[in-house]
Amino acid sequence: MTDAVSFYIFAALVLGGAIATITRRSAVHSAISLIISLIGVAGLYLMQQAEFLFAVQIVLYVGGIMVLFLFVIMLVNLDQAAKERQFNRQWLAALVCVAVVGAEIAYFMRKGASAFQISGAATPSTVPAEGNTELIATVLMSQYLLPFEITSVLLLVAIVGSVVMAKKRI
Amino acid sequence: MGPITTAHYLALSAALLLIGTIGVLTRRNIVIILMSIELILNAVNINLIAFSHYHQNVNGQIFAIFVITDAVAEAAVGLGILIALFRNKETVLADEVDLLKW
Repeated sequence: MTDAVSFYIFAALVLGGAIATITRRSAVHSAISLIISLIGVAGLYLMQQAEFLFAVQIVLYVGGIMVLFLFVIMLVNLDQAAKERQFNRQWLAALVCVAVVGAEIAYFMRKGASAFQISGAATPSTVPAEGNTELIATVLMSQYLLPFEITSVLLLVAIVGSVVMAKKRI
Repeated sequence: MGPITTAHYLALSAALLLIGTIGVLTRRNIVIILMSIELILNAVNINLIAFSHYHQNVNGQIFAIFVITDAVAEAAVGLGILIALFRNKETVLADEVDLLKW
């Protein structure tokens, strides 16, 4: 019962924040709605015993990425853009495409629900002896060591790329 | 209200994905397009965590960590491109950048 109540509260936060993000005129309002949505997603992680990702979501998204967005909003003059048309000319075609994709997803979820038995209650059968963070660390450092190391190359490329982009003259 | 099942999470994730797609396809402001991409990646993460919980398998959470890393790199590079674009073209509207269109 409490599970259901908190799920619906977090789902309302996620979807309400997301809709506000894509409809607000001011970019700062959009950023704050996005923070609300991301906090809702973090709550959903917590409900599914992904405590490490809950912390990562709060620290990295709400603390890191959103501060980056707000800095850029501050650096770039958005007053002019806020006065203009907010949606482009293809919005009707875009909505039709999204409706088609949504119908497809709904159809396949109805079909697949019986095949995969995903409508069964999602309760944990056993609580693992070690904590979520230890479990993730063990798997990440043994089974996924190579992807983990390649990720550091990706981050290096991103750092160099963003510095090159933001520099006035190389 | 019945018990919350994996299908609930999948429906929520699909809805979030569609909202993010609408944002990417219809907005003109590049900052908000980048925020919509974050919404899409979060929808993917909800899906991964839901199946990770359903199968009691931690691999889904590892993939979610990689997705978050990608999202961070993408946001940093995207915002760098936005700053360079604003310096050269004085605009943040995606459809005013049409040098390659004929």
